[in-house]
Amino acid sequence: MMQVRSIDAAQITEAVKKLFMDMNYFIGNDILDALRAARENEPSATAQNVLDQLIENHQIAREEEVPICQDTGMAVLFVEYGERVVIENGSFEQAVQEGVRRAYIDGYLRKSVVDDPVFDRVNTKDNTPALIYTTIVEGNQIRILGGCKGFGSENMSAVKMLTPSAGVEGVKQFIMDTVKYAGPNPCPPIVVGVGIGGTFEKAAMLAKKATLRPINTSHPDQRYAALENELLEAINKMGFGPAGLGGVTTALGVNIETCPTHIAGMPVAVNICCHAARHKETVI
Amino acid sequence: MKKITLPLTDEVIRELHAGESVLITGSVITGRDAAHKRLYELIEQGRELPVKLDGEVIYYVGPAPAKPGHAVGPAGPTSSYRMDKYTPALLDRGLKGMIGKGARSQEVIDSMVKNGVVYFAAIGGAAALISRSIKSAEILAYEDLGTEAIYRFEVEDFPAIVVIDSYGESVLVK
Ligand code: SF4
Repeated sequence: MMQVRSIDAAQITEAVKKLFMDMNYFIGNDILDALRAARENEPSATAQNVLDQLIENHQIAREEEVPICQDTGMAVLFVEYGERVVIENGSFEQAVQEGVRRAYIDGYLRKSVVDDPVFDRVNTKDNTPALIYTTIVEGNQIRILGGCKGFGSENMSAVKMLTPSAGVEGVKQFIMDTVKYAGPNPCPPIVVGVGIGGTFEKAAMLAKKATLRPINTSHPDQRYAALENELLEAINKMGFGPAGLGGVTTALGVNIETCPTHIAGMPVAVNICCHAARHKETVI
Repeated sequence: MKKITLPLTDEVIRELHAGESVLITGSVITGRDAAHKRLYELIEQGRELPVKLDGEVIYYVGPAPAKPGHAVGPAGPTSSYRMDKYTPALLDRGLKGMIGKGARSQEVIDSMVKNGVVYFAAIGGAAALISRSIKSAEILAYEDLGTEAIYRFEVEDFPAIVVIDSYGESVLVK
């Protein structure tokens, strides 16, 4: 049997801190390549100008190590925790929260979390709590996929409990309606994360995870991969364009994640993400 | 590119048309969700505001903290529609321009036409780039709100696009 491994809590804190600082300063190459390709593709001068500004912005953020966008989001982590890992000198939960706290304080990231959603709305001043979704897996490693999403795009997201008779047409319709409703608000060009199947909350989690997947990857099932491409093309015909000022690039990518579901259901969630699609993975 | 200097006069506003790219120089105030709510409540109660709105341009922004040696951290626009509920009351108090991103409600557009106001968009997500045109930042009110406080920014050649002009014309794709 695989050996039990001990990991010091401080090592987890350091890894999480670095993860969130890096993702906020350095955009992924998948996004950068897509922005450059879109720049070549856009006929209108306004759209070209917007894309030039976005590409230059990424260069500045990288050089100066400042956040790409002032909205450095609420921190979300999908963790695969190897069952043969033991944490020394602290707890996993606290080590992760401390890592997020230090990233946001030491890394000059904006603190955007309030303690109570309805009544108090007082800023927690260190961007905690981070939201941690953990799955226990075999092995003695910890894999962390982190994301920080601004709420300009988060607010444009939606879940719908479709039923089986809606079929693929119903799925497409709901995704298109959600993107259309979002219009110019979520900082297009956007990344569309779609979760299909599972239960109400599972669909939403899958959609979030889909926004954290590089846009130059496809769903492993050919039928869904084709659907990703078809939707991307249809969304780009909507005409919102960069910053909503018109153009042929409303989305940079559509990522679909799926999961088995109930005989009576076909939940669909659409998590809209802006062009500042910040995510990063680390293995400890 | 057209350069404009603040404060905005009625003549300048009338010559700004939807679709034009501009570079803005001068002094703007900032405010977003929480500050708008407070200003609106004071107006409703008929009380005095901590900042004067007359003739001002407001930028919807919650900047990231400034690194040492920087005047301000990355400071791109936030979505304007969340301010829509409060905006007509502010325009009635003399606010002349707004900088944000995304769509506005019909009530806001009607109030812009009535009051002769222009709405600019800055490019959402170009925050590090935009912050280079912000030369200084000073807190004017609501320091307790942190990033949501009302600041005064001195800006120089701040890149923006007229998206809804004072005639109610818009270039945003519907
Ligand atoms: S939607 Fe994204 S790019 Fe736009 S302001 Fe929010 S975090 Fe920044």
